[in-house]
This record gives sequence, structure tokens and C-alpha cells, in this order.
Amino acid sequence: MTLAAATNENLANLSNTLIYSAMAVYTLAFFAYIAEWLFGSRSKVGRTAAALTADTKGAAKKADAPAVTVTKAGGTSVLERPQVVVRAAAGARDVPDGPGAHGGDEQGDLYGRIAVSLTVLAFLVAFGGVLTRALSVQRAPWGNMYEFNITFSTVAVGVYLTLLALRKNVRWLGLFLITTVLLDLGIAITVLYTASDQLVPALHSYWLYIHVSTAILCGAVFYVGAVGTILYLFKDSYESKLVSGGTPGRFATSVMERLPASASLDKFSYRVNAAVFPLWTFTIIAGAIWAGDAWGRYWGWDPKETWAFITWVAYACYLHARATAGWKGRKAAYIALVAFGCWLFNYYGVNIFVSGKHSYADVGLAALRSVGA
Amino acid sequence: MTTTDSDREASGERENAAERTGSGKGRPADGARAAGKGRATGKSGTSDPDRDSGPDSGPHRASAADSASTSAATDDNDLGAAGSQLSTAPQEDAPNLPSLGVIGWVRWFWRQLTSMRVALLLLFMLSLAAIPGSLIPQSGQDESQVVDFMERHEFWGPVFEKVGLFHVYSSPWFSAIYILLFVSLIGCIVPRTWQFVGQLRSRPPGAPKRLTRLPAYATWRTEAEPELVREVALKALKRRRFRAHVAGDAVAAEKGYLREAGNLAFHIALIVMLVAFAWGQLFRSEGNKLIVEGDGFANTLTQYDDFKSGNLFTADDLNPFSFDLKNFRGTYETSGPNKGTPRVYEASVDYAVGADGRERSAKIEVNKPLEIDDSKVYLVSHGYAPVITIKDGRGNVVFDDAVPLLPLDSNVTSTGAIKVMDGYLDGRGKWDQLGIQAFFLPTYGGEGTAVVSQFPALSNPRLNLTPYHGDLRVNGGIPQSVYQLDKSKLKGFKDSEGEQVRENLEIGETMKLPNGAGSITFDGVKEWAGFQITQQPGSGWALGGAMTAIAGLAGSLFIQRRRVWVRATTGPDGVTVVEMAGLGRSESAKVPQELGDLAALIHTEAPTAAEPEPKNPDPTPEPPAVPAEGAKK
Ligand code: HEM
Repeated sequence: MTLAAATNENLANLSNTLIYSAMAVYTLAFFAYIAEWLFGSRSKVGRTAAALTADTKGAAKKADAPAVTVTKAGGTSVLERPQVVVRAAAGARDVPDGPGAHGGDEQGDLYGRIAVSLTVLAFLVAFGGVLTRALSVQRAPWGNMYEFNITFSTVAVGVYLTLLALRKNVRWLGLFLITTVLLDLGIAITVLYTASDQLVPALHSYWLYIHVSTAILCGAVFYVGAVGTILYLFKDSYESKLVSGGTPGRFATSVMERLPASASLDKFSYRVNAAVFPLWTFTIIAGAIWAGDAWGRYWGWDPKETWAFITWVAYACYLHARATAGWKGRKAAYIALVAFGCWLFNYYGVNIFVSGKHSYADVGLAALRSVGA
Repeated sequence: MTTTDSDREASGERENAAERTGSGKGRPADGARAAGKGRATGKSGTSDPDRDSGPDSGPHRASAADSASTSAATDDNDLGAAGSQLSTAPQEDAPNLPSLGVIGWVRWFWRQLTSMRVALLLLFMLSLAAIPGSLIPQSGQDESQVVDFMERHEFWGPVFEKVGLFHVYSSPWFSAIYILLFVSLIGCIVPRTWQFVGQLRSRPPGAPKRLTRLPAYATWRTEAEPELVREVALKALKRRRFRAHVAGDAVAAEKGYLREAGNLAFHIALIVMLVAFAWGQLFRSEGNKLIVEGDGFANTLTQYDDFKSGNLFTADDLNPFSFDLKNFRGTYETSGPNKGTPRVYEASVDYAVGADGRERSAKIEVNKPLEIDDSKVYLVSHGYAPVITIKDGRGNVVFDDAVPLLPLDSNVTSTGAIKVMDGYLDGRGKWDQLGIQAFFLPTYGGEGTAVVSQFPALSNPRLNLTPYHGDLRVNGGIPQSVYQLDKSKLKGFKDSEGEQVRENLEIGETMKLPNGAGSITFDGVKEWAGFQITQQPGSGWALGGAMTAIAGLAGSLFIQRRRVWVRATTGPDGVTVVEMAGLGRSESAKVPQELGDLAALIHTEAPTAAEPEPKNPDPTPEPPAVPAEGAKK
């Protein structure tokens, strides 16, 4: 490593400008998402209510026309392939997915598309901001909380856009996600801002890059899962209320009708959380390997390590709960939220309230503790 | 078939209602009792195609209503064999409390301990129990903070101490939780492994009577003979790496065993990791050694400056090796707000493994320890060691060595002591002992600046010496730090005005002691490096376990275990009726998709027959099937 790899002021300034610009574009996207919801509310959406009230009336007689799914094979050789009939699990509520934030309204849909385009643009700009920051300090951009925050929000948006690109039905996430991304960037720029600087020797290790990059990715995916879980809880109470004959308020109806069915939301968050759990496990192990090299022990119950472990156990709880009768559904969802809360606390809480070897609020100390005195 | 479809539908409905009002939830006993009944009839409650999907499935379903539960059980039997054992997850047991007897109780307790619910509870408790240790200072990490805490909290301090809150992770209650968890884990793994081996050795279960019941279903009529259809189906399934065989009029096939294998591997890997970790702790050793450039170290107990070890460690366990510190290099940020921040620390060593192994060179950096067998040599500190020559009153050299000094601040202002115990004769030829207090600044700021170093590197070194003589009290029986002087029996050297002699030396300068008592020369500066040598056996196992755990986890979470049946029978009109159905352990869009692909494959060889009579495409008067959420695109 070159000793005097001077930080490049120009790049650092460019990075700041890009982050500010990204925030501006995110704000535009935010308003576009709002417009999508507003215009969407004009059309009448009442599919959940329809399905559920029909459900309560004529139990076995509903759905005279069996919904049939035809799956198409890749080729044209199969013209007339047999149809596959799919039935829901017994006892599951049979509710169709909502149409999305636009609520089937064309203009709403247009705003939604604009919002997504703006999100893509903002993502690219923010990505540029993270990249120039990395170039200006000549290392990965996660040496302090400011850098961690801008990277985290960028990755979270990246996860969302990736899901969209995979044609998953997730546009409903947009508004919730962009709101928090704006918050996150705001906090980063005002409270956490740190002038660019290089790392001390203790932080030089390729395990750091592996460990931190996967930690950020896991956090972003967990976050998306948590948003799904919260919406699941709302939608589930909404559906329960309908089933028990209640009439939810107009606002609740307008919002909830447009979201996917609670079962779909639940499945969405399960898939997201389950998919990233092995990576989280790996993140912890990579951290242990790094700690082994840097501090002479793999595991020392440092607060950061402890909370990573707690988060891990909490997600394991969630996965177990889903496999255990009587704990599925809402209870499992609460566990998932607690688990994400642990993740958040590990990130913000531990950095701010607890002192440990990981406190990258003052990285110098960590280095001094491991070398010197 | 005793249950009618409307029965079933109705019972599902009733259960739904229970679920919604919350009365059916949180009372596992109900579900468990019903599951127990299922078990009693020989079919355990595993007839549960959607273990991790729908909000209400599992044994729960059978708990619909007591009156319905028997019939529900028979109904489940229909699917039972076919749907059974898609997982080896343990059944939830009913606490059959009365009339158990001692063995009954033991067995009941064991069942409870190894149930999923208790595993869940223990996991919960483990994460809760881990919290206080992250918020309250821990003696294993920072003793001084614990002392500080005790002083500030007169009431809570002793209370915390009593319940082990200052050493949470070695406290009895924390250990109890994870030991129980691991007993539970082992109790869970062993039977599940047996069960899984059994499943691997047996064939996929035959088709249930009514395929229409299953989550994904397809049917068509064809002119092809049933035997041919089955043959085609068998081939197609095998090509897709299903385990398939013909059972009666249907082909039964299953795929995705890696899910279960992965899950078992993961849980077993957890045990391996824990055992490896515990082993490592018991046989662990850790010691520190400060080495000046040019000096060496051999890994024996006596050579360590300090040393601690695990309970089962013996001195014979130390890996035999030795190394010399050739050179230490430290570089620092030279400008900007972080001036003086360390950039590179690097120790070049020559080491040899075994009693007379070949010498090899290596570099040890902060994040890159030298690994020799189970031992790792870490670079943990560094400082300066001025080289000093002392002559006594007769001009004989009585001391000629590098003296390591301890850094006081981040700019490596250092302090220490030089002790000459034997061989020194003062100006009048009398035996005496010398003690010299030393301060060292790698970068002296010049006249008029404070006596602290301005920068951590050696750019303008100064050695400040204050000599004393008299009794060093090194034989007083009290252990003495090499870095400090016990001045109680020492007298300072005084100059002609009676002032204590004290001098700032540059490299190469000599200070003369008054009254011909000798001289002290500052010859140069060497650097020293502090090494921590830890030896922890079992790390390889822990790492192997961790990697297995991740691989197993990925298998267990990403692989679907599912079954497919293809039934071909001759219909009343002589035309073959093909029925296909798929069942996944979790309700997934992939199962119907895969079924569709398979159907298409078979369909090419057994195409749809011309429709003989108008209108009756539905072969069975089943209740209309409804779409599952996941299946929609
Ligand atoms: C040391 C603590 C444990 C951890 C961290 C842990 C972790 C996990 C994880 C992450 C899964 C998810 C895999 C999946 O959904 O397929 C899982 C599944 C499972 N675990 Fe554990 N586990 C632990 C202890 C136990 C114990 C004590 C038992 C036995 C009672 C157990 C039984 C199971 C079973 C049966 C499954 C599969 C569930 C299914 O088939 O759907 N685990 N475990």
C-alpha cells in the first residue's frame, strides 16, 4: 500500500454533490409515488372485500368458475398442453392480490412508472456518489457510519430495483422504501458526515470487504423483508376485520385494497428473509475470521458481535416459528420484526450507545487498541 | 371415504373462523392432541403439504372442531401416506400428563425438550440472555470498566456481580440455556437422521386415491395405452432426476431430498462448531512477548512475558517453533487532520518450525498473523528501544544493550528504566548499582516545546536520562517492573550545584556522570515489536463446521422437496385417462409449473384423444379447485 495515498479532495466534493443530487431525485420519485397512490384512489378497488364477504356467505358455493392457470413451456411445439389446476391450502383465506398502488387507474400507473424511472435515476446518481467517495479515499466506502449509510440506502434501492427487474410484483414497496431512504440519507449527511479519510491498519483486510459488503447487502434485504412483514400485519388485520364483518375506514380500505393479499405479503417476506439468512450466517463467520486475524480471537462477545449473534438467533427463531404449528402467521411476523429490530440496533444502537472494538465512529481507537499502548 | 367434501370444506371454514377470532391460536394442545390422534391411527400429522406457507395449516387443521377431528383424520389418511414424511420435522406432542409413571415422565420430558416448540423457546431465551452482556461491562473484556461500574452503582453493582452479569457468557444460566439447546438439538437430530435414512432407502409413497385433492393437478384423455403412459412418465421423471417407480396404476416420484439432507447437515454442523469451540477454549493458550529487532524467541513457557491458558492445557502442548525479529517497519500519515495515524505496521521475521527446522522468512502485519500449526503469532504492539552503552568509574563497559521503552501516547513518547545490577564500580572503586530513568521522544519538537513527541516516527530522536545509584531493590522479593525504578533506596546523581543530573541526548552523544562515576552513551535506536502468540486447536473444525452450516442452510432453504404422481387408467369408454398431481412441502409456484412442464412432456407422447361426447371435461365431480396465490403469474 502506498503510504501517502492522499485523499482526493475533488473526488470527495464530487461525491457530496452526487449524494445531494440523488436526494433531490429521490424526492421527486417520492412525490411521483405519492401521485401514484393519490390517483389510484379514484378507481374503485374492493376485491379483497368482495372475496372475503362472498366467503362468509356461501361457503362451498363460491367460485363457480375455477381459476385455471395455464403454464406455458418455452417452445411453441406444445400447442395444446394440459392445464394445471391449482388449489389453495385448505383453510387459507382466498384473497386475490391487490392491483398495486395505482389501483388499476391508468394515470396512477403512469405516475408509478415515472416514480420507478426516477428511482432508477436517483439510484444511479447515488451509486456514482458512493463510487466517487470510494475513489477519493482509495478503499471501499464503508469506513465510517456516513459511508455505511449512503452505501446501505443505495444497496436497499438496488435490491428493490433488482426485484422489479426480475418482474416480481413489488412496486407497492416503492413509497415506503423511498421515504426511509430519504430519511437515511438525510441523517447521513447532517448528523453522520465524516470527511473522507483512509483506514488504519487494523481495518485493512480483504475479510473486511467481504464481511462489510455482505453485512450491508443483508441489511438491505432484511429491510425489504421487514417492510413486507409490516404491510402483512396491516393487511392481515384488514382481512380479519372484513371476515368478522367489520367495515374498515375509507383510508385503510383505499390503501389495503391495493396491496397484495396478506398470504402473498407473508410469503414475500418469508422468501426474502429466508433467502438472505445463509448470507447473514456467512457474514458473521467472515466477521469472526477477520476478528481472528485482527484481534487474535474469533469470538470475544464484543457488543457488535453479540448483536450480530442475537440477530442471527432471532432470524433462526423466525424460521423455526414458520415450521412450528401455532406460531405461523402473525406471531412469526412479530418475531421477524423483532429480528430486524435487532439488526437495526446493532447498526445504530451499538455504534452510538455502546463502546466496543467496532465503534467506527472513532476508528483510530480501535487501531490503537490493537497496536500501540 | 367417510367424509364428504362439504364436510371438509365446512370444517376448514370453522377452523378459519377460529383462527380469525384468535381462539384457535396459541393453544397448541388442541392441535397437538389432534395430531396425536393422527399418529394413533398410524398416520402422523405430516399430511401437511404446506408446512411453511399458509397461515393456518399443520396439525392445526385437524383441530377444526372436536366432532370433525376424527373424520378429518380419516380424510387426511387419504393423503396421509402420500403426504407423509416430506419432512422429518418432529411432531408436536401432547402433554399426556396423567398416569405416566417415572419412565413416562422422563419420556415426556425428553419429547418436550426435543420438540420444535421448546427449541424455539430456547432459541428465544438464548438471544434474550445474550443481551445484558452487550450492555453491561464484562470482566473478560474490560476489567477496569467493571470496577468503575461497581463504584458508581453501590446497590446494583453487588447484585449484578452475584447473578453473573459481569461475565454473562460464562455464567451458569447462560451455559444452561445453550447446553439445553444443544441437548435438544442432538435429541432432535438423531431420530431425524434415522428417519431420513429410512426415507432414502424406501421408495416414494404410492399415489393417493384422489389426486384432485392435491395442490396441483392436471388431467387429459389419450389414446395411448396406460402402460405406455406410465413408461413415458417414468422416463420423463427419471430424466428430471426424480426418484421414480411404478406403484400399481400410477408412477410415484419424489425429488429434492437435498433439502432434508441440507437441513440435517446444518444442524449437525452447529454441534460440530460448538464442540470445536469448546475444545479450543479448553486447550487454548495465549501469551505475550516483546522482542527487540535482532532478538529471537523460542516457544517455551519460560520465554513469555505473560501467559494464560485453558483448563486442560499443559506446557507440552505448545507447538515447537522459534523466530527472530529482523526488522520492524511502521509508517504514519505525514500530513492532514490524521497526521500521525498509523498506516503500515510490518514485522519481518525468520522462523523455524520444530527443534531444528529450516529457517524461513515471513512478514507479520496487524491483520496478517503468522500461522504455525495451531499457533498464530500476532503483531500487537510496537515501540522504541534506545541502544545504550554504560561505562563504570574504571572505564569498563558494564552495560551495552537495547532497552525497550513503553509508549505513553499515540506519538510514541516513551518511558522506561535502565538497571545495572552487577559489575558496576563507582568513581571511588566501590560496588554500586545504577538505575536510570529514561524518556524517549522519537520526534523532538525543539527548544521550548513540551517534552512530548510530536510524531510517531523517528525523525528527531531524543533520549532524556535521569541517573540514580544505590540499591535497586531487585532482590527484595517483591516482583518489580522492568520499566520502573523503585527509588526508595536510590539517590540521584547531583551536579556541582547540587541539582539532580538530567540530560537530553542525541544519537551518538555521551553524558558523563559526576565525580568520575562513569558515562552513558546513546548509540542509536532499535524498534521493538510486541507479539501475542495464541494457540487454539480445533479452529479448523470450527471453520469446516461453519462452511458446512452455510452450505446445508442454503440447501435447506432453497431446495424444494416435492412429489409427483402420474396415474394412467382405462376409462369406462376404453380411453385412457391420465391424471397428474404434484405436492410440495411448501406451497410454491414452482410445483404447478414443474407439473405443467412434465405434463407437456408426457403429452407429446400421449396426446389428447378426440373428445367423444360433448361437454364433460371434468373427470371428477370434485369441488371446484381454487387458485393458490403463489401459482398466479
Ligand atoms: C442451535 C440452535 C438452532 C439453530 C440456530 C437452528 C436453525 C435453523 C434454521 C435456520 C432452520 C431453517 C431451515 C429451514 O427452514 O428449512 C432450521 C430448521 C429446522 N430446525 Fe433448527 N436450529 C436450531 C436448533 C434446532 C433444534 C434444537 C431443533 C429440534 C427440536 C431444530 C429442528 C429444526 C427443524 C425440524 C427444522 C426444519 C423445519 C422444517 O422442516 O420446516 N433446530 N433450524
